[in-house]
Amino acid sequence: MANDIAIVGYAQSPSLRQAELTEPQFLFPVISEAIERAGVERREIGFTCAGSCDYLSGQTFAFVMNLEAVGAWPPISESHVEMDGAWALYEAWVRLQHGDIDTALVFGSGKSSPGLPAEIYPLQMDPYTLTPLGADPVSLAALQARAMLDAGKITEREMAETATRSRKNAIGNPYAQVTGDDDPETLLKEPYVTAPLRRHDLPPISDGACAVVLATADKAKALSKRPVWIRGIDHRIDIHQPGMRDLTESPSTRIAGKNAGVGKGKVDVAELSATFSYQEKLLSQELGLGDGVEINPSGGPLAANPVMAVGLARFAEAARQIAERGKKRAVAHATSGQCLQQNLVAVLEGD
Amino acid sequence: MQERLTTHTIEFPYTRTLGPVYSAFLTGMRDGQVLGIKSRDGRVLCPPTEWDPTTGDALDGDLVPVGPGGVVTTWAWVTEPSRKHPLDHPFAFALIKLDGADTGLLHVVDAGGIDSMQTGMRVVPRWKQERIGHITDLEAFVPEGSK
Repeated sequence: MANDIAIVGYAQSPSLRQAELTEPQFLFPVISEAIERAGVERREIGFTCAGSCDYLSGQTFAFVMNLEAVGAWPPISESHVEMDGAWALYEAWVRLQHGDIDTALVFGSGKSSPGLPAEIYPLQMDPYTLTPLGADPVSLAALQARAMLDAGKITEREMAETATRSRKNAIGNPYAQVTGDDDPETLLKEPYVTAPLRRHDLPPISDGACAVVLATADKAKALSKRPVWIRGIDHRIDIHQPGMRDLTESPSTRIAGKNAGVGKGKVDVAELSATFSYQEKLLSQELGLGDGVEINPSGGPLAANPVMAVGLARFAEAARQIAERGKKRAVAHATSGQCLQQNLVAVLEGD
Repeated sequence: MQERLTTHTIEFPYTRTLGPVYSAFLTGMRDGQVLGIKSRDGRVLCPPTEWDPTTGDALDGDLVPVGPGGVVTTWAWVTEPSRKHPLDHPFAFALIKLDGADTGLLHVVDAGGIDSMQTGMRVVPRWKQERIGHITDLEAFVPEGSK
């Protein structure tokens, strides 16, 4: 079937509420570090693919500026997705299947601080029935959380426990923005932001970037002592209108997980783009992750949410668990759109 | 230093059609009537779509009136509305399954306070006086019997 592709280098920027630097400026060291870790020469890279969101910059083709951080002279072969960098990784994975090149650079970046995300994201939705209502990500997530609460599929206490664990896990993570050791009781005393969601149920607003270097099998073995193999990867989409599906399920996650082969072996650790607290349990169940699976040891998106890099960062963190922490098999998940509309799942393994 | 201002007017010098389904749906809004569409399996979808969401088959434009009332299937209480929200005071976003429809329409409920909201409650539309063929011609839903 597919050729084996490995992650041979990765790097992230710290997630900040407001980065002083421009996006190309904070991308530059991240890309350089990922390439250095991979041990390749910049000129060897056969394909470059980026994920970012022009809406955040309020400017068409804003993503072209980010190539300043890559070094595009002499001309390089590159592409861009208006999605999280995880989908750029998917495109690079497909490109490497052709076999004519052996390395690819992937990055995702976003600077959410200059604008108001609650006012920007409705612009990406159905322009006739959803955008005019100003349907923002937090309100839509709150609809999904309420549906799960009403169905008895989660409790507010469980949501607070997820937030608590994320913040504690993030204490050791130098890239994290939200850390802490509050217990669930303390968090549950806070008022609702958009009921039934409290502040701890929401991701932070972050500026940040992530980069990953991929290589084909022979190249990966030559470059790295511990290549992290992508054993399976798939992405699926549910219908756009939030009222046309059962919000307490995520069929796209289930199908992508099955196609990626999540259930074919024991999973040690999973890095999930559970951008809102309630999503972690939903995703875990759809992916069939049992009690023995460590979820989001980095703290996950509740601790750092660099939009357009947060999904790719799940790949970097899952790869770290294998390359640096001795884990054997990991799941990386990314999401896009409202209420987990689009989901990408990959299975990563060490040798 | 004196602040210097300039005004730009961006124009799109063309008209476009919304197609057979959204065009009928939004014309219905102008007339104070919400429309759904029958899918291949006999369900009524509201808001209507040009394609069956499950199979991808084209739907033949068989639009049917739904509502005016309906049931709240899930909701979120917005304490601090943004400039882009249709109401300037606290309100609920809700998915509303209108009578005769099998799916939820996203809209707002002007309920006064969070204590007036609950899943399963019945709501009815409050229409604007001047309607232009826009989703916000339906100003808000309100709890049934609250007027």
